[in-house]
Amino acid sequence: MSEWWTYTLSDLLMFSAQTYYRLFELYNREIWPAQIVAIGLGIVALLCLRRAGAREGRIVAAILAACWLWVAWAFQIERYATINWAARYFALGFAIEALLLIWIGVIRGQLLFWQSAKGIRVAGFYLFLFALAVQPLIGPAIGRPWLQAEIFGIAPDPTVIATLAILLPVSGRMRWLLLCIPVIWCAISGATLWAMGSPSALLMPLIALLVLLLAAGHALACSAARIR
Amino acid sequence: MQQPSDPPRRRLLQSLWVIGTGAMLGPALGARPQQAMLTRPIRSGGEALPLIGLGSWITFNVGNDRVARAACIEVMRHFFDAGGRLIDSSPMYGSSQHVIGDGLKQLGTASRAFSADKVWTSSGARGAEQIEASRQNWGIGRFDLLQVHNLLSWQAHLPTLFAMKSAGRLRYVGVTTSEGRRHPEIEQIMRSHPIDFVQITYNIFDREVEARILPLAIDRGIAVIVNRPFRQGALIQAVQRHPLPPWAADIDCANWAQFLLKFIVAHPAVTCAIPATSSVAHVRENIGAAFGRLPDEAMRGRMIAYVEKF
Repeated sequence: MSEWWTYTLSDLLMFSAQTYYRLFELYNREIWPAQIVAIGLGIVALLCLRRAGAREGRIVAAILAACWLWVAWAFQIERYATINWAARYFALGFAIEALLLIWIGVIRGQLLFWQSAKGIRVAGFYLFLFALAVQPLIGPAIGRPWLQAEIFGIAPDPTVIATLAILLPVSGRMRWLLLCIPVIWCAISGATLWAMGSPSALLMPLIALLVLLLAAGHALACSAARIR
Repeated sequence: MQQPSDPPRRRLLQSLWVIGTGAMLGPALGARPQQAMLTRPIRSGGEALPLIGLGSWITFNVGNDRVARAACIEVMRHFFDAGGRLIDSSPMYGSSQHVIGDGLKQLGTASRAFSADKVWTSSGARGAEQIEASRQNWGIGRFDLLQVHNLLSWQAHLPTLFAMKSAGRLRYVGVTTSEGRRHPEIEQIMRSHPIDFVQITYNIFDREVEARILPLAIDRGIAVIVNRPFRQGALIQAVQRHPLPPWAADIDCANWAQFLLKFIVAHPAVTCAIPATSSVAHVRENIGAAFGRLPDEAMRGRMIAYVEKF
């Protein structure tokens, strides 16, 4: 793109806010009652976070991988790609994240979120609860119809935040690999909402930043403890 | 590849005479809007185009939403019923081409439409393939106008478009830019290639093209399509808090949209403006700018002075 620096975010937005949110409304109508299944899976993942064991790590990874794959296909390719040609690349990113979760979390069993300090586990738990129970309410709270609610496992944003919540207390280098795509999505989603003038535009980037800071702090604390 | 400049100039003078006559007759007719849309000839072809066309950036990209698609087709129906012809789209605009194709099919207006689309790929080799996909999306036999979108790989695409024109598979060739980008390159292409159309951004606040591009278009016999006449709605939002001046009635403006559009299409170099909308009320307002009297140079100066006080 020549003279790319002259383009603003709104120059790159190719659909209206109305069209974008209608996409969620039609999607929610078409897949009902899949939302109940998704919320059920979210509750199972939340319970696994409290129990914390090797088996629970694999279950959570499998649930998240299934959600990322579903969002890649049902949302990004089947719906979002009809108004945004870039959605096919987003779908690829979501599919890669799903495969990473399967490889690292399910097959190798490296999603070890119970070995961290209690504080960071609690933060992860409440962030997951936020993605599951609060994030779907944000749209209606700012005046959008209930049918446009974005739900964990169905819509990308709460699925990504829930994944960040799970990865927050995970120890080991693999966490950073798994964090890449969710953090990139937070930037993309934030930019899209910003260009549309949404009052919730900063939410995703701020949560990503918070998770990165907490994860970095946690990693530093672990390193310091090992040195001592 | 110089083109003779006299015939375009002669046609321009003819078109100015037609518009000027309309402007003189307007008051004599009690400021009643004329029944036919004002037109201006395509300088390289002589065919007349209505001064107001229909853009599809953002507004027609509604995916598979049946309700929104129906609303877009209703906009097209009002546009064609009023005498509109030129619809502009691009493969970059998501589902817009499909929506236009559906509309043309449902309304049976494919033969009346002046189909303007673009080629938008960095690969010269994939240009023909993309154009064919676009043609199928529109559901038409051939495009009237194909433009190189934002000058992307124009060196590779222009030969393809000229070859299509020579083979009778395309009527006109053009290039586009927006919001003042790459004007020196646009000028270079206008001087060195026999393009029929140039699409640029021009409105009452963004008037950079008045200095060089628009006079060059007249000299070279190139038709001018004006995009983003309202800066994606921002101009309307900015001015509508203020009252329309009473003298707007002297140029048959009933609302701000017509005020802003008449300023643009009154420039003698401009062939048509392409405001985009998904609202029937707005398309009616926009089309109204192609009826009645147009501002002369003095009035255009007055219009600028009025809005620049805001």
